[in-house]
Amino acid sequence: MSTYDATREATRRPFSGRRGRPGDIVLQGVAGAAALGALVLLGLIAYKVVQGSRPALSTFGLGFLTHIGWDTVHNSMGAAVFIFGAAVTSFGALLLATPLALGIALFLTELAPRWIRGSVTALVETLAAIPSVVIGLWGIIVLGPVLRDHVEPALHSTLGFIPLFGTPSSAGTGIFTAIVVLTIMILPIISSITRELFLGVPGELKEAALGLGTTRWEMIRGVVFPYARGGVAAAMILGLGRAIGEAIAVAQVIGAVDNQISWNLFDGGNTPAAKIALEFTNASGLEVPSLFYLALILLVFSLGVNTVAQVIVRRVARRQGLAAQ
Amino acid sequence: MSAVGVTTLRRPNDRLLRRRAANRSMELLAWLAAAIAVGILGVVVWSVARRGGSELSWNLLTKPQNQAAAYLPNIQEGLANAFAGSLVIVGLATLLAVPVGILVAIYVNEFAPRAVRNGVGLALDVLNGIPAIVIGIFVYGLLVVGRGPSGFAGSFALAVLMLPLVARSTIEVLALVPDSLREASLGLGVPRWRTTLGIVLPQTIGGVLTGTVLAVARVAGETAPLLLCSSIVGTAIGWNPHHALFSVPLAIFELSESPSPADHARAWAAALVLLLFILVASLSARWLATRSRRKITRAGR
Repeated sequence: MSTYDATREATRRPFSGRRGRPGDIVLQGVAGAAALGALVLLGLIAYKVVQGSRPALSTFGLGFLTHIGWDTVHNSMGAAVFIFGAAVTSFGALLLATPLALGIALFLTELAPRWIRGSVTALVETLAAIPSVVIGLWGIIVLGPVLRDHVEPALHSTLGFIPLFGTPSSAGTGIFTAIVVLTIMILPIISSITRELFLGVPGELKEAALGLGTTRWEMIRGVVFPYARGGVAAAMILGLGRAIGEAIAVAQVIGAVDNQISWNLFDGGNTPAAKIALEFTNASGLEVPSLFYLALILLVFSLGVNTVAQVIVRRVARRQGLAAQ
Repeated sequence: MSAVGVTTLRRPNDRLLRRRAANRSMELLAWLAAAIAVGILGVVVWSVARRGGSELSWNLLTKPQNQAAAYLPNIQEGLANAFAGSLVIVGLATLLAVPVGILVAIYVNEFAPRAVRNGVGLALDVLNGIPAIVIGIFVYGLLVVGRGPSGFAGSFALAVLMLPLVARSTIEVLALVPDSLREASLGLGVPRWRTTLGIVLPQTIGGVLTGTVLAVARVAGETAPLLLCSSIVGTAIGWNPHHALFSVPLAIFELSESPSPADHARAWAAALVLLLFILVASLSARWLATRSRRKITRAGR
């Protein structure tokens, strides 16, 4: 598909054959306008978010990013707690989800017997289809108490010398619960992209390695992983973007602590997305532009993350296309 | 001879055993990872089914919320206002996003030069990656400021989320339509626009439908934009999108934040209905996808 196909290009070229048929012009015009609309939409999103956050931008400037605390009475707002919360929760989720996702992808491409391959793939994709608000509901009512009563005390008593695993939470909500919930949400994303990458590894390379007498694991480590490395990085970046942008499920389970940064994972925290979801309907005065400012941070971050990931994905796809020839 | 043979043979054997052990344990870990993912899905679905199933009733679907219920426990109370609102908001969003998505796909696949094609593709992917809450705050700034929340604003936000999904899946099926069909039609003197709309597009109906159903399943559970654009405290069943409308995901979100077990029970029931809808939609989309793909490839022969 990556080669230049002359006939394919010719049948799609605008106005090939007789020029200027009114119907052709209308269809191309309308369809082109729709495509342009999609581009304009991106610009409009950026414009509206910047416009909404302008009062906060002029009041707080870049100091907003490093200020701790969210005091609406004295108009002293800062994003540091939320940025910290987003960083900890999403990196934590990535740390848990990546090895699991690699394992799932390996299972689905190299190990699973044919008869369960299709159904397990479908099940993992179904996990991605569960709405975040339902995962959040499950997180508050089912997962939270289990983590509070069993997992957190166990982690505290075995790894308590690390400050991350401090005193267990009393409510079952907190940064740790958010990490687990986010792990569940990004796991299917990373594993489905990784699975496709692993499927793209040329069979000859794998057979050559196996023919030299390697075990299956040595073949995977020596052939599959190096071949898919860039793509796996892109999948992780996309998962990170998704985790940082998730608002509802995190809002439900993170415990909404706005005024302090704690290294204890079992304490409450907050993220920019969750803060907007929890606060926006009650906000007034300078708090509204401040919440827009949080959205602006999210927007800038997600634009950066997605562009980088897409560029990597495209480069990997092109390389695999060349290798397949 | 025999002594030498034993030592030279045994040493590689030990190493082979170690390599095999590493291989076995890694394979086991991969099996375990898959089992964990399937297990999580099972636990979540089972929790929702068990806790929501007992609460599911005809009243839940047909009776609206009732604020008096907190004081008069015999009043029958449901979430009909949420279901009605979701129906209107998601329906309108679909009507908005699908035609535009198809047009974008037609432009990208049938008209655009290569560079533009890649550019629009990248824009769609980036749009798809913007967090839903940011889309929500964008639509708040665009449509809600000065006018108040409305079902329309919620629909528009969901349509923005659906657009890249519909366009992407349509681009994919359009690319599957064999060029022989386009060439045959153009060769008979059929104008380009009729070739596109009358010959190429009908081949893709199955694929477009699949993409649409998946997009609907994705946004039906979307909470964040509706929280900002169409949240409401009222409890009457409303169908008019000029006013703010309640919705199922919002109901789950708000009921889950409540301390009352009765509210939790209704949240689980609403979650069960939503989940059933989404699972049925994704399964039928999967079935449609395999069917339509087979049909398109057959048409080329």
